[in-house]
Amino acid sequence: MEHGSVTDSTASTFSIVEEDHTLANSVRFVLNQDPRVAFCGYSIPHPADNKVNIRVQTTGDPAKDVLKDSLQDLMVMCQHVRGTFDTAVTQFRQNNPTGMNIDQNKKK
Amino acid sequence: MPKKGTKSRKGTDDEPKQEEKNKLPEHLEVQRTRVVCKGDAPTEGFQYAGAFAAMGIDNSVSADKFCKNFKVVVNRLTEDDMEFDMIGIDASMANAFRRILIAEVPTMAIEKVLMADNTSVIADEVLSHRLGLIPLDADPRLFEYISENDVPTERNTIVYKLHVSCKKGSPRLTVKSGDLEWLPEGSQLPLASPAQSGDKQKTYTSFSQSQKDILEKPLGVKFKDITIARLGPGQAIELEVHAVKGIGKVHAKWSPVATAWYRMLPEVVLREEIKDADAEMLVAKCPVNVFDIEDLGNGEKRAVVARPRACTLCRQCVMGPTGEVMGPTVEQVELRRVRDHFIFTIESTGALPPEMLFTEAVRILEEKCERVISELS
Repeated sequence: MEHGSVTDSTASTFSIVEEDHTLANSVRFVLNQDPRVAFCGYSIPHPADNKVNIRVQTTGDPAKDVLKDSLQDLMVMCQHVRGTFDTAVTQFRQNNPTGMNIDQNKKK
Repeated sequence: MPKKGTKSRKGTDDEPKQEEKNKLPEHLEVQRTRVVCKGDAPTEGFQYAGAFAAMGIDNSVSADKFCKNFKVVVNRLTEDDMEFDMIGIDASMANAFRRILIAEVPTMAIEKVLMADNTSVIADEVLSHRLGLIPLDADPRLFEYISENDVPTERNTIVYKLHVSCKKGSPRLTVKSGDLEWLPEGSQLPLASPAQSGDKQKTYTSFSQSQKDILEKPLGVKFKDITIARLGPGQAIELEVHAVKGIGKVHAKWSPVATAWYRMLPEVVLREEIKDADAEMLVAKCPVNVFDIEDLGNGEKRAVVARPRACTLCRQCVMGPTGEVMGPTVEQVELRRVRDHFIFTIESTGALPPEMLFTEAVRILEEKCERVISELS
């Protein structure tokens, strides 16, 4: 749900239900990396409410599009994390064929 | 051979240098990439993309840049626990994965206990709670969530029965989790007597087929040696339990991890050379043996940082036993952490192997993004 003004689309607060710090903080991080964002932050209005408010103010682009791009970016990053992680695990298994009970920390 | 050497160097060192023609001055670079731990808690951070724009330096992390720099190194991988290094990721995302692992990756756990008989000293509700916490050896991805009005079927419920008794005159009996017996055909407790003698007896579940036919391996409990209760002579427990799919946010029994945590990579820097008596004092002070002594010959000794990974930032090295400064000081030994390097540990409770849990956690974050995107459009 979006709260903003009709005339100015560059600043909006997005109220997302059934989400918490997990998503909001990650999105806030990605938004802060976007050069189009002038300000961004999030809050959980009440610990008993199951929702977060994400505030986005941009330098000119519609806030909604910027937020959507950020979510898209976060998804791409997640996919990359998953891919890299899987490769690392496969590689580890190949280097340690026994696969079980190997501790690199103890080896060193 | 020399060709090969130059090639590999280009791949690692030269490229980023060419990109960043304007390098940050050292003290700012340290501020940007490290957390320096002094007497008080560090608070500064540079998340804003344009933080160093005036100096011609781009502080942003685009998805492309992230994909280029992100690295994973597995340190330890066993059946139920793993440790790996995640390099080039922000704390907010590492924390999101940790939070999801603990609270949002689903597992199967006992939710309903149908008590037919309990003459043991342990009360029904306490016994039920103990049963709920037993880790089950069932892959949650093969099951569906059950909602309040759903009928328990072979797709959303696992049924176990526990039927133990201690004979009169025999010694006390310990009831272990291994005594739980899987019922692939569903509940055996009758719900009501059949209307006609030919009808199938109605039970608390309505399985249309045996779970043996839809699952590859038989279900059980992960550990067979968990004590559930103790029975004295003449006491008995007869009950049936229904396990369903859920997440740790609702109840900790559904949490797939014993715990999942990360720490930033510690970095210990000796800003001045520490010699002889001071060096020995430094080595002796560190409770986790971060430092070693290097012999310089001619009887001189020097402290070196040998195992920075072990550092817990306890600050003993720069503090005396009562807090006063003795020997090396904060000026001589700097304790830092690398801002984008996380040592991530996952301890699984057994339903899924740890590497699978992490993959699932990342997928859940993706699904969250997808949900919000579709809600916005």
